[in-house]
Amino acid sequence: MIPGWVRAKPIGNNVGMNIVVCVKQIPDPATPGSLDSATNALKRNGKLILDESDGYGVEMALQLVTTAGEGEVSLVSMAPNGEVSGMRTALAMGASKGVLVSDPALAGSDALTTARILAAAITKLGAIDLVIAGTESSDGYTGTVPEQMAELLGLASITFAKKVIVESGVLKVNRQTENGYDEVECPLPALITVTAGVVEPRYPSFKGIMAAKTKPIETVTASDLGVANVGWTGSSQKIVKVVQAEARQAGQIFEDDGESQGKIIAFLENLKVI
Amino acid sequence: MTINSIWVFAQASNGAPTSGSLELLTKARSLSPQVSAFVGADASAIVGTLGEYGATKVYSTGDLAGKLPGVAVSAAMKAVIDGGEMPSVIFFPQNYEGRDTMARLSVKLDRTVLTNNIDIADSADGVVVTTPIFGGNTLVNTAFTGESPFLVAFRPKSFVAEASGGAAPQVIVAPVGDLGSQGSATVIAVHLEESTGPKLDEANIVVSGGRGLGEAAKYSMIEELAKLLKGAPGASRAIVDAGWVPYSYQVGQTGKVVKPTVYIAVGISGATQHMVGMKGSKNIIAINKDKEAPIFGIADLGIVGDVHKVIPKLIEALKSRG
Repeated sequence: MIPGWVRAKPIGNNVGMNIVVCVKQIPDPATPGSLDSATNALKRNGKLILDESDGYGVEMALQLVTTAGEGEVSLVSMAPNGEVSGMRTALAMGASKGVLVSDPALAGSDALTTARILAAAITKLGAIDLVIAGTESSDGYTGTVPEQMAELLGLASITFAKKVIVESGVLKVNRQTENGYDEVECPLPALITVTAGVVEPRYPSFKGIMAAKTKPIETVTASDLGVANVGWTGSSQKIVKVVQAEARQAGQIFEDDGESQGKIIAFLENLKVI
Repeated sequence: MTINSIWVFAQASNGAPTSGSLELLTKARSLSPQVSAFVGADASAIVGTLGEYGATKVYSTGDLAGKLPGVAVSAAMKAVIDGGEMPSVIFFPQNYEGRDTMARLSVKLDRTVLTNNIDIADSADGVVVTTPIFGGNTLVNTAFTGESPFLVAFRPKSFVAEASGGAAPQVIVAPVGDLGSQGSATVIAVHLEESTGPKLDEANIVVSGGRGLGEAAKYSMIEELAKLLKGAPGASRAIVDAGWVPYSYQVGQTGKVVKPTVYIAVGISGATQHMVGMKGSKNIIAINKDKEAPIFGIADLGIVGDVHKVIPKLIEALKSRG
């Protein structure tokens, strides 16, 4: 556990909720991804947007704070180029403040380093009740960073939450499983990852967008956080080759003439599956 | 050769090892004669089968008593490693429990993780894994450069499970120990979704519906068609997120990976997220009203048309065949 961090309010103080949401700012998924030819890293140098899958976590956090009656939602994010536009979207939704870890040295960081950075950033936000993250990012989708953060922060965790409530300091989660869901409970503080669809993210209001422009975002570097060995140097993995996969050949395409069922049935008969 | 021994994080479902566990054991034994299965449960019912697929040793934590596997199994693994065992590589399935366990363990051991892989090799570059990106159009080979154990997660169906006829393995108890407050999350109830017919990831034919169905009620066409074809119904992420069908129906990067003989995509445009989960199908039929939809780029038979017209006629025609 990261030393010196008071991770929660004193026991028995169940008033209010202070929640940290980890948000990732990613290249717009609508534009095709590409790799940097020199480093083979995913190019992230264009305008970044809030990862759609993090909108659910921000919304969940805002609703839990509203239900608790007091508290606030803070954001942590890591981006190599000082980008804040995705964080502003989350602030416009209603989050209060953010910490951005931005440092050219961070480029090429692996998942464990990313988790170290974000965990250290969270400790800057003081006592917190809950950390929320998405289940995986929409660009890198390693899917381990939240659980690595929980381990680093010494927190219990419930991943893949599809329903979340808090009652008397106890987190009650319906956790997605392969064949249904489990009801899981855990005292706060804790970390959860939320699935897409857990809540419907609100659209920022005009007032929210205006207010977000002046909400504080503290920008720090890896060394400010005391995390060394980041980026390519701290990464114990190396891309050795990138190849194009064998492309699947397109077959025959027909405009429906009202008799397409015949073509489909003939196709299935030919394969002897009907 | 840099690989000595391999651990496989093995799981059970309904008293048998999961197909994913057997796939990973099959691959592991091709790389090393020393393959151990690590089971986050009482392993007694599945030990024999794990041996048949190549495990020479089975570590069993015993029943987890409602603890989530991520925190519990990683602690048990760490304890065995602290006790002197040092696997070269630990294989995890790319699923909920596999991901959580490898994430916790990576911090305990201070090791990087490589996830979403479809292959692994012990080569001149060291231990190298293969990861598909951009919807599988590009393959990235990545070598581990740090110290072992290397933590690797594989996508389902990356390997074909084959029994080796191995003997009953040695069983070793690997206790979880005291987890402190990190282990305070507890499962208090388990809910299983009812399903009939073949399982989505095992069916010979899969019929999936997407947003092109227009509304939740129209998903019944998909279920009816799947039933007529003795297949399984599936779905795109879009309609799972919209709440039309449960998550267990989802085919794609964050859902199931399917490789049926025939995959029928109904009203699915073919987002990268979806294609990753089904492009390994042997034959693909796509029906979509937009002729520019990416799904037609990989379809063997494509019908550009209104699914609300094509599918009811197809259902009628199949029924009349008897």
